[in-house]
Amino acid sequence: MKMELRYFLSLLVLLLPFTLAGCDMFAQEEDEGEDILYVYSWGDYISEEVLEQFEEETGIHVVLDEYDTNESMYPRIAEGAEAYDVLCPSDYMIDRLIGKGLLQPLDFDKLPEARKNIDPDFFLQARAFDWDGKYTVPYCWGTVGIMYNTKLVDEPVESWSILWREKYRDNILMQDSARDAIMIPLKLMGRSMNTTKPEYLMAARDMLVAQKSLVQAYGVDDIRDKLSSGEAALGVIYSGEAIRLMKSNPDLKFQPAPEEGTNVWIDGWVIPKNARHVDNAHKFIDYMCRPDIAAENFRSLGYSTPNTAVRAQVEEELGDMVELAFPPEKVYKNQESYSYLGEELDKLYTKLWLQVKVS
Amino acid sequence: MNERITAQISSHRFLALPFALWAVLFIVLPLFFVLGTGLTNEAGDVTLANLLTVLQSEYLRALGLSVELALASTFICLLLAYPLCLILREKRESRGLLVFLLFLLPLWMNSLLTTMAWQTILEKHGLINMFLSYLGLPAVHLINTPAAIIIGMVYNFLPYMVLPLYVSLSRIDESIVEAARDLGANFWQTLRHVLLPLSLPGIVSGCTMVFIPALTTFVISALLGGNKVLLVGNIIEQEFTAAYDWQLGSALSMVLMVFIILNILLEAFADSGEQRKKGRP
Amino acid sequence: MEKLKQSYLGAIVLFLYAPILVLIAQSFNASRYRGQWTGFTWEWYGRLMENEEIIAAFTNTLTIGVTSAVFATMLALVTALGMRQMGSRGRMLFRSLANVPLLNADIVTGISLMLLFLGLGLRLGYDTILLAHIVISLPYAMLCILPQVLTMDDVCYEAARDLGATPFTAFRKVILPELLPGILAAFLLSFAMSADDFIVTYFTKGAGIETLTTEIYSELKLGVHPEMYALSALFFCGVLVFSALLMVNYKVIRRYREAGRRGAAA
Repeated sequence: MKMELRYFLSLLVLLLPFTLAGCDMFAQEEDEGEDILYVYSWGDYISEEVLEQFEEETGIHVVLDEYDTNESMYPRIAEGAEAYDVLCPSDYMIDRLIGKGLLQPLDFDKLPEARKNIDPDFFLQARAFDWDGKYTVPYCWGTVGIMYNTKLVDEPVESWSILWREKYRDNILMQDSARDAIMIPLKLMGRSMNTTKPEYLMAARDMLVAQKSLVQAYGVDDIRDKLSSGEAALGVIYSGEAIRLMKSNPDLKFQPAPEEGTNVWIDGWVIPKNARHVDNAHKFIDYMCRPDIAAENFRSLGYSTPNTAVRAQVEEELGDMVELAFPPEKVYKNQESYSYLGEELDKLYTKLWLQVKVS
Repeated sequence: MNERITAQISSHRFLALPFALWAVLFIVLPLFFVLGTGLTNEAGDVTLANLLTVLQSEYLRALGLSVELALASTFICLLLAYPLCLILREKRESRGLLVFLLFLLPLWMNSLLTTMAWQTILEKHGLINMFLSYLGLPAVHLINTPAAIIIGMVYNFLPYMVLPLYVSLSRIDESIVEAARDLGANFWQTLRHVLLPLSLPGIVSGCTMVFIPALTTFVISALLGGNKVLLVGNIIEQEFTAAYDWQLGSALSMVLMVFIILNILLEAFADSGEQRKKGRP
Repeated sequence: MEKLKQSYLGAIVLFLYAPILVLIAQSFNASRYRGQWTGFTWEWYGRLMENEEIIAAFTNTLTIGVTSAVFATMLALVTALGMRQMGSRGRMLFRSLANVPLLNADIVTGISLMLLFLGLGLRLGYDTILLAHIVISLPYAMLCILPQVLTMDDVCYEAARDLGATPFTAFRKVILPELLPGILAAFLLSFAMSADDFIVTYFTKGAGIETLTTEIYSELKLGVHPEMYALSALFFCGVLVFSALLMVNYKVIRRYREAGRRGAAA
């Protein structure tokens, strides 16, 4: 008689795994449809309108994920647990991804707009990290510079050394990324930002440790908020963010290239080896190179673009900010770019940066 | 009769089988994955190198700081929550419940957002400093210091202290407290000799419930510490994301597990003490 | 003394509610940037429904929360029924096993599950978040259900069966109502645990999927969309209304009960 309850309850038990299996846990094939594209890019790096227009024109649904540093993007790609179709890493990270065999060569036949509009100079420049020019279409470029609030800083900002001045204690925002942080003291000491000499790197660390008590915070994208609201006087930021920030707060001014030299970076579109929608990825990259799209994208974001067709379209709207958007040669000539230093030095960088942070 | 029935209705020990499988797969096995990752190098060879790295000064420093801040915030939580629960205990049942609810409601607000709101309160030009300058007082420097992190921890984890304390304090029979008063004990004596010992299990479980999340947080320290104050949680998070050294991250997690096990033992010890007092086996 | 107590309670309430007030104020702030007040606006409430990212994250949070709570509650119920027959040692073992995710640090749970999922060759995504959420809410479901099941009396069930009820009817009519409060509590608590979890989700989520908490976290770094404040303000009001209703109901029920008791005494 009580047997029946037992049957009922055992049915429940049996049901459990079945319903679990129903969850498609092992369905690796899902989302294989042709009408989707997984993009993994920097935060706030593609205009929403531009994305929407792409979806409308092609019927391809874009799933956008964002990262805040090259370093946080890398493990997700290297682990291969998530298959993205398009990435937008920076120079040295592209170098690293190629070296690890994580990218696939682009099919330039499918990229007519890119061939037509992207400045050949930048394709040439990209050879520094993409040796054969097979993997990358340059998207944005810029420098690392100092944004400052003229209400709080009454002197010209020309040297990185201002970030070490006692006067600005608790008013300085630094980048929270090992490469960008260590680059600054290296340049101040007149070294290459790609130096492999541990003693130089350690000297740079010591300078950062000495600076730490003056620093208000280490940040990435949150630096913008704090500069815009006047919470801090000086901040190290990427040049592309300058235009939008200066529009939000007219007291802000930008020094794109302190006199000791700075990092010139290029971010480029690449396709990972395990991408599942390669055709869509090419369509997307080529779409982003179209003159009207590149101009629209530039208007809403303000990052300098290697697209030769943009300047003519936006020059008038920019007014006096045109030099920021399309920097003259003197800003980027003879500047260094990061190159990938290998795993050994990567570890050393991580360690030194950790030492700064716990000091 | 009763025994026979009990035997019949509940002779379904196999009903616990799915859970046994579940526990092995999703509770035990994952921990072995952490051990496995922490004790091997990238090539997959067994090594102690990761654990030894953790013993280097910069990691130990972060660990020490984490323990320090976690202890401080646990202590402050206890200090704040105990009088609170004593007051709540005296209230009549329904009023007490109402007030109690008032203290639990903030739990429903997303903790990331409330922590960020603390940024707005503690900032250089934040609400506190605006208030102080309105009064003509000098500004205080709170944001991006360990103090700000402690405030954030106390805010986030205070309910975890209030909950077990309130339960264990409200369980104490009022007649015992009255008896102590009748025998001439003043408030402090009653507190020391009656209330504190009887609420000890609540204190212990509250402290363990606050200490572990405070020790391992990475969000609070990132938001209110301006990334200037690095805790163990931040390092682990970075090893798994930016630095991409999962072996090292796992090794650090193993060190954390030692603290967690100590905590569980402490709680089990307090638990068994309570049961012995009540005469249960 | 009474005044001191009142002001102490008041101070703690202020401490607990200050950030919430800030958030609510923020939801009416015309400026996009935190910490700058540029005027009052309803704009963000209007734009909330248009923000696809927030709506998608909200939907994920809801569906994952409900599904994981259903599973956790079912598993807890079945397990608790099974544990009735165990010796105290077996119970002890099961109980401590179930408590591991509760006592463990979230970051360790999250990392260990991520390593497990990747080790098993699963792709991180919706399903892995769901599984992880069942793992973390199960202990809470157990906490709610286990004591009730263990102290449950079989006599009523037996009586129902003797009176001719089928086992299913007897289970439905006798056992379930007795356990219902526990089951409900388990479901609600599991849901709350799932909806509020950030750290475990952060480590077990995959490409292109966000829950509300992870969406907020990524926005924290890039600047939070004010729509998010609007959503949380609305949500908090909802919770306020819900608990107010609960309190009123509680009082009504009590009054009825007391009246009933008085009636019975007379």
